[in-house]
Amino acid sequence: MNIDRNLIRLLKEEKRPFTLSGLAGSLGALLLVGQAWSLSRVVEQVFRTAAGWEMLLPSVSLFALFSILRLLLNQAGHQAAKNGTLGIRKMLSKRLAVSVADLGPAFARSEQSGRLVTTMLKGVEAVDPYFSQYIPQLLMALVTPVVILAAVFPSDWISGTILLLSAPLIPAFMIVIGRKASVATEKQWITMSRMSGFFLDMLQGLDTLKLFAQEKSRRDGIGEASERFRRSTMSVLKIAFLSSLTLELVGTIGTAGAAVSIGLRLASGTMPFRPAIFILLLIPDFYLTLRQLGTKFHAGMEGVTASKEMHGIFDRAAEAPGNDGSRELKAEEASSGHFFIDDLCYTFPGSATPALDGVSCTLRAGSVTALTGPSGAGKSTLLNLLLRFLEPQAGSVTLGSVAIGDYRPESWYRQIAWVPQHPFLFNASIRENLLMARPDAGDAEIEQALHQAGLLDMVRSLPGGLGTMIGEQGSRLSGGEAQRLSLARAFLKDAPILLLDEPTSHTDPVLEAQLRASMAELMKGRTVVMIAHRLESIRNADTILVLEKGRISQKGSHDELIAADGFYRHALHSSTEEAA
Amino acid sequence: MKTLLRLVGLTRPFAWWMLLAALIGFATIGSGIGLLMTSAWLITRGAMLLPVAALQSGIAGVRIFGASRGFLRYAERLISHNTTFRILTRLRLWFYEAVEPLAPARLAIYRSADLMKRIVDDIQSLENIYARVIAPPVTALMVTALMWVLVGSWSTGAAFGVLVCQLVAGLAVPVVTAILARGTAREIAGLQAEQQLLAVDMVQGLGELRVFGTLDAHLTRMQTTEEKKLGLEKRAAAVEGVQETLSGVAMNAAVVWILWQMLPMVRNGSVSTVTITALIFGVIASFEAFLPLTGSIQHIEADIRAGERLFEIIDTEPEVKVPEHPEPFPGKGSIEARNLRFTYPGSIRPAIEEVTFSVAQGGRVAIVGPSGAGKSTIASLLVRFWNPTGGSLAISGREITDFDPEELRRNIAVVSQRTYLFGQSIRENLLLAAPEASDEVLKKALSAAGLDSLQNRLDDWAGQHGMNLSGGERQRIAIARMILQDAPFIVLDEATANLDAVTEQAVLDTIDHTCEGRTVLAITHRLHRMERFDDIVVLHEGRIVEQGRHEELISRDGFYAGMWRLQHETAV
Repeated sequence: MNIDRNLIRLLKEEKRPFTLSGLAGSLGALLLVGQAWSLSRVVEQVFRTAAGWEMLLPSVSLFALFSILRLLLNQAGHQAAKNGTLGIRKMLSKRLAVSVADLGPAFARSEQSGRLVTTMLKGVEAVDPYFSQYIPQLLMALVTPVVILAAVFPSDWISGTILLLSAPLIPAFMIVIGRKASVATEKQWITMSRMSGFFLDMLQGLDTLKLFAQEKSRRDGIGEASERFRRSTMSVLKIAFLSSLTLELVGTIGTAGAAVSIGLRLASGTMPFRPAIFILLLIPDFYLTLRQLGTKFHAGMEGVTASKEMHGIFDRAAEAPGNDGSRELKAEEASSGHFFIDDLCYTFPGSATPALDGVSCTLRAGSVTALTGPSGAGKSTLLNLLLRFLEPQAGSVTLGSVAIGDYRPESWYRQIAWVPQHPFLFNASIRENLLMARPDAGDAEIEQALHQAGLLDMVRSLPGGLGTMIGEQGSRLSGGEAQRLSLARAFLKDAPILLLDEPTSHTDPVLEAQLRASMAELMKGRTVVMIAHRLESIRNADTILVLEKGRISQKGSHDELIAADGFYRHALHSSTEEAA
Repeated sequence: MKTLLRLVGLTRPFAWWMLLAALIGFATIGSGIGLLMTSAWLITRGAMLLPVAALQSGIAGVRIFGASRGFLRYAERLISHNTTFRILTRLRLWFYEAVEPLAPARLAIYRSADLMKRIVDDIQSLENIYARVIAPPVTALMVTALMWVLVGSWSTGAAFGVLVCQLVAGLAVPVVTAILARGTAREIAGLQAEQQLLAVDMVQGLGELRVFGTLDAHLTRMQTTEEKKLGLEKRAAAVEGVQETLSGVAMNAAVVWILWQMLPMVRNGSVSTVTITALIFGVIASFEAFLPLTGSIQHIEADIRAGERLFEIIDTEPEVKVPEHPEPFPGKGSIEARNLRFTYPGSIRPAIEEVTFSVAQGGRVAIVGPSGAGKSTIASLLVRFWNPTGGSLAISGREITDFDPEELRRNIAVVSQRTYLFGQSIRENLLLAAPEASDEVLKKALSAAGLDSLQNRLDDWAGQHGMNLSGGERQRIAIARMILQDAPFIVLDEATANLDAVTEQAVLDTIDHTCEGRTVLAITHRLHRMERFDDIVVLHEGRIVEQGRHEELISRDGFYAGMWRLQHETAV
């Protein structure tokens, strides 16, 4: 009955507002009875005695009072439920963001990153109707019919019985038809989204259509597809709407049945007038509450789906190993400590083969270590472990004598500069994008870093200068420019440890020479671990580690490796051959 | 208002369907009114202890209204949904027709999938314009008229009061709440846009946020934005609540008003107690029609905003216009560019400047240079996706603007690095290039492009954006298309960029073979088999820095030679 266990658990965190909402609903139900009671008295007085306005005034005032009170209570109940809902949403959105943060960059930048953003934006919002509409209606549906029955039975047990017998039909039908209808609705939903996907496809491929001069002929295709979807959707809806027809029929036939029975008994003198009016006034609300539950049920559906998605993320985050040592890392320690990597292993969840399979090596302080090897050999995984974006599953990485996981993350990252292959530019100005690396830097220092990265002239030529917005919403920088901005960040951060993923391919010899010079400048005097793609970068490294299938297959300087038979010499050969 | 009228205008072909659905909607609420009124009639008459026979018509009425309401509602929902879908079809066609001449130049800013998706969502959201915006006021108006007649036939004063209450519930309350909520809705939309950016920054930039120690600050910023949004939503919910309450007050006021007006008439006998009871019940039932009106005003606002966005796109002037008297396309020929210049709108730097080259009939010319040098711009100009800002671009001595753009494109086969495949069958994706081609011809083309494996899979779904195929397969489908198009001119825009070395060699062979006797312009940053070109144009930052044959350029040891070395020295 649309009770999602995870969602109900959330309800407990906002007990007060929802209790209030339930109380308001129950009181409202009592007032509804009071309203019908006073109005039936008015009608009776008019009917019986043709009373004048003065005589009616007390009952009319009472009716008005009940009505207004009930409306106010209703509003208060809704508001309370909404407040509770907003509290839950606040909590959920925070938990979601923290969970994503805990899962780390390796998870967040995986293929589903688009879906992750959607969940963060829409998922929490989608839960709203479940709590603000469905739950209050569920409470109402539990209370109101009972109160009405309790009011009807003493006045007329026959009508009460009619209501009592017909009431279970509504939830029963709802479950029976609802199941079929929800399958149908889902089918319809899929059809609709497929159609809008088709249309999106046509719009996105419009260039291609034009290239083949087919843009006119495909127009009819869109019309036909759209009509086809309409017809198939309608055949689904014909069934789906049957559910509300049935519910409506139960309600109206119940009302009609009670009215006819009351009328006949009135005519035979076996029933007094006033209860008759009283009951007639109450019956529509009896069915309405139950019927509305059906409507709100659908409104809450989306929340249940969204909840599954979100709780999936929470569960994964709960399983993720913690990342919170408490040791402080001093700059001297960071610059003078060697990295000792011992029997390091990592296997990605769901993968059969390990990405790193027992890697042991020493990365010497103040020297440059180049990682090379075929793609998929585990180079990025090793870098991610050093960055603590991933936690080792076996083995250890220590700096000096301390496992890197023992350092407080903030303290650890303060000593690390990172230049990824595809640096991310935030939706902010160039200045803000650089200031992240060192928040207290002045414009002079920023410009110095840009100069070192060979980007200063370009930034100066922009109309907004350092204030130019970049990222998704601003002007896009080219890939090469983004990489140089990332280098500028590293210059600005000036940390003793530099982790670097060298850009793979450049085609611009001028740019290439610039980048090479600034990288050499950046690496001076730091402990550098770089995934290297350029022959020259590799050749200049102090130590070269060749990774193959998650293991270190060769280790040494360029001269040592070129003398040995292995991947390194083969790779070098094939590339020089091509050049020749 | 203008936007709204334009939007409503689009639904005109379905006016009769909409009227029918509104009428049935009215009948549905009408039978609700009828059910309560006949029930009241039945009970009050029954209370007069009349014989059962005198109640028969009431009993019949109760039964008829009771049963008909459900069926009417069912019919109304079917018809209105059907109409909605028809409107949606029309909206899609309308938008496609309007937007097609604008592509790709005017759509360039919407290239990202997210923005494109929003356009599609905007159109989808307009489907509600009938069900949520047009229908409810029409139905409410009819119900108002009905109640005016029903109540008015007994007492104009009472009818007038009921009318006032209905106006309050149906017009004043929705309008006032809409005004109160207007600023809020806009602010919420603004915050949602901000949240979108923050979420993308967070998910994609998580590594940077961690390393720079700014993760906590970013999380706090996200939380603050969310709290601000929730605060606004709370306000919006309060306004909504007030609206419901006020509508309820209006309904009860109508009941009291009828009593006030008609009691004297009951006393003097001009109105029976049966009538007044029935009228009260009828009025209560009639307020059902006014409930959806608030939603309808809110939808108007959303629809207008969606409409404005769509109109903003389609109301732009197309970049390329069809000449009134297009020249016939010459078939085979040469390409000549002289002092060609182009600047993208909104850009401060020209993409290409003073570019001059020519390709003789049947000749082959390569345009090379690092990415961002302006190479692809030349291809876009040649197929008339854009118009040059200056200089001239001609085919066989005639400016390309003199030709019908469609005919021009039919005669130029383009293989680009990003091959767009539609989420349809492989056959459909191939037929694009040759709509009349038989399966035999398609299979031959596939085989020539090195895709023998796909010959028996013509009906396979290519997947969304061709995702069921590998990058290499997609690329070779593009080559199969080129073969099928059989055009005298060929533009290869990084045609083999996504292929591994071995495949690349094979595909280059096919391309070379197909290009035999045609005029070829090849654009590339990958320098392979460059000796097969008659001329190589080297572009850097939009300008020609070198030009000549491969051996000449290599021996000159300039920019081209630098590129060459760079590419053939990469170790891993």
